[in-house]
Amino acid sequence: MADIVLDKVSKSFPDGTVAVQDVDLEIADGEFVILVGPSGCGKSTTLNMIAGLEDISSGELRIAGQRVNDKAPRDRDIAMVFQSYALYPNMTVRENMAFPLRLAKLDKETIDRKVDEAAKVLELTSLLDRKPANLSGGQRQRVAMGRAIVRQPKAFLMDEPLSNLDAKLRVQMRTVVSRLQKQLGTTTVYVTHDQTEAMTLGDRVVIMRGGAVQQVGPPQELYDHPKNLFVAGFIGSPSMNFLHAAVQDGELHTALGTVPIGDRVRRELEAADAPRELILGIRPEHFEDAELVDDDTRRRGMEFEAPVDIVESMGSDKYVYFTVEGEKASAAELEELAADAGATDFAGAGGNLVTRLSAESPVAEGQTRRVWFNLEKIHLFDPANGRNLTLHEGRAAGALAD
Amino acid sequence: MAVETTTRAKLRWGLLDVLVVVFALVPVLWIASLSFKTPATLTDGNFIPREWTLDNYRTIFDTDQFVRALVNSIGVALIATLVAVVLGAMAAYAISRLDFPGKKLLVGVSLLIAMFPQVSLVSPLFEIERQLKIFDTWLGLILPYITFALPLAIYTLSAFFKQIPWDLEKAAKMDGATQGQAFRRVIAPLAAPGLFTTAILVFIFCWNDFLFAISLTSTERSRTVPAALSFFTGASQFEDPTGAICAAAVVITVPIILFVLFFQRRIVSGLTSGAVKG
Repeated sequence: MADIVLDKVSKSFPDGTVAVQDVDLEIADGEFVILVGPSGCGKSTTLNMIAGLEDISSGELRIAGQRVNDKAPRDRDIAMVFQSYALYPNMTVRENMAFPLRLAKLDKETIDRKVDEAAKVLELTSLLDRKPANLSGGQRQRVAMGRAIVRQPKAFLMDEPLSNLDAKLRVQMRTVVSRLQKQLGTTTVYVTHDQTEAMTLGDRVVIMRGGAVQQVGPPQELYDHPKNLFVAGFIGSPSMNFLHAAVQDGELHTALGTVPIGDRVRRELEAADAPRELILGIRPEHFEDAELVDDDTRRRGMEFEAPVDIVESMGSDKYVYFTVEGEKASAAELEELAADAGATDFAGAGGNLVTRLSAESPVAEGQTRRVWFNLEKIHLFDPANGRNLTLHEGRAAGALAD
Repeated sequence: MAVETTTRAKLRWGLLDVLVVVFALVPVLWIASLSFKTPATLTDGNFIPREWTLDNYRTIFDTDQFVRALVNSIGVALIATLVAVVLGAMAAYAISRLDFPGKKLLVGVSLLIAMFPQVSLVSPLFEIERQLKIFDTWLGLILPYITFALPLAIYTLSAFFKQIPWDLEKAAKMDGATQGQAFRRVIAPLAAPGLFTTAILVFIFCWNDFLFAISLTSTERSRTVPAALSFFTGASQFEDPTGAICAAAVVITVPIILFVLFFQRRIVSGLTSGAVKG
């Protein structure tokens, strides 16, 4: 059990590419921290540096208060679960799990006891004499976890441990991982590119982009109060809608109509170097069918009309896609997110509006529908640097805040 | 396009296969047949000997010359194989895992050595070995064998090492293994099929070599079987040694066959299956 501290940790390669840049992170004892970001953001490199599999170019890494930059992985007393599981194919499940203990030169009785205990926790007891080749994906994954927990290390590092499982098993294993971590109370650093895993598993989530940390915080905080455009677009599924907004006469002209702004945002925009164009961000669930909104709620938002493109009924609610006219929002962050999501999936920045309406809404494809959206929940971003202008002391307050 | 598996097609392929096998095996069988013939029937042109005899075998094992050469052959080939495989494994591991300056050059040079015509090296080697006083010794044969076997070993082995997921080594290190332990306990067992394949190839190369064996030896002290065979005269100089030579040829084929059969069991493909996803 230990805390892990990254103090301005950087990684640069001989050819000059910087994979990780000045990462500052304090992971408390027993905490479950998720590193998340699109591929190539440096999350795996960061994890490998904590593990000792990659050298740290500059900065300091401390585990339990001790500088470990130059220590070999074996001297750091941390265990790692690999994306590929990395089970030793020539050994049985029992031998696989016993391997770290045998290297630690424990006596045979202790090894057997510890392996049996770990196997019981992970329900592997009946598989102990099998070879990895004869296990299913989920079982292999559990063996990999077993090999990590068996020697009770100071910390667990997990590198996308669930990404090779099919969707159903992944959800199932997610709860297993979560329960195991709570049960053992061991500090865990978990790398994933899946924002759902990040949201559901972690005590805190670290969002990375291009080797730099974008925001660190509990999942809900990242969701509600994103610091910048990238975080806002990355967290949430379906992702936030982004619209181009032109600032004119203290109002915002958008494809959804003219959006009024409150004093606080106005003050921001009065600065000499303030952007004349903004990106307006709004999450799908902050829309509602205008028919279903009561008067009290109606006052907190505004309405617009748009043709319905597609309706996806989820039972509990409806995802409705609208076509909106007007200029597309454009920013480097959005392009990166689109590239990561595979362009077609990332509708957030296109002429499409994704909304989540109540299941009662009688909306149908092809018709034009009146839709309400909540002005208190919208975010305004500076397209030049992605900064969230509606964020005040770490809290987002919408466009109307005074 | 579906593969036709009609009876006729099968028959045609079967006949072709038999033809190839017969073509390859007839000389071997002929040698074997000759080795069982008596001197009188040696040239009667019969494939199956009319008079079976084991005299030829008795003859060669009676002469010290052959037994001694057999010992030399086994010793030299085994030692050269062992050294080449161990060195080759280490070099191949470095080549497949590390990025170091001059890596391409190293691989290129080792390829060059493998392609170098050996016959052009015989005279210089002869001079060098005489100066170094290792002419006509086991060492004098083992060294050139290793030199020429190493490129082969490095090539085959690095192909095998490249197939092993690197994550396994990382996992071993995380589990508390040193670099050496990770190699010995995780990587080497997985590369075993590669090690055995390489061992077979190198052994056959050393065992079959005639050029170095005849040029770098001068006495029974270190002469290996292929070279010794050419000095074969039979029990007395008035005897036709054909039968004895054939018997010796059969005898030296046996270790190769044994060696291959023994190691073939270990060359199981798919040993790494189950290590990673899939």
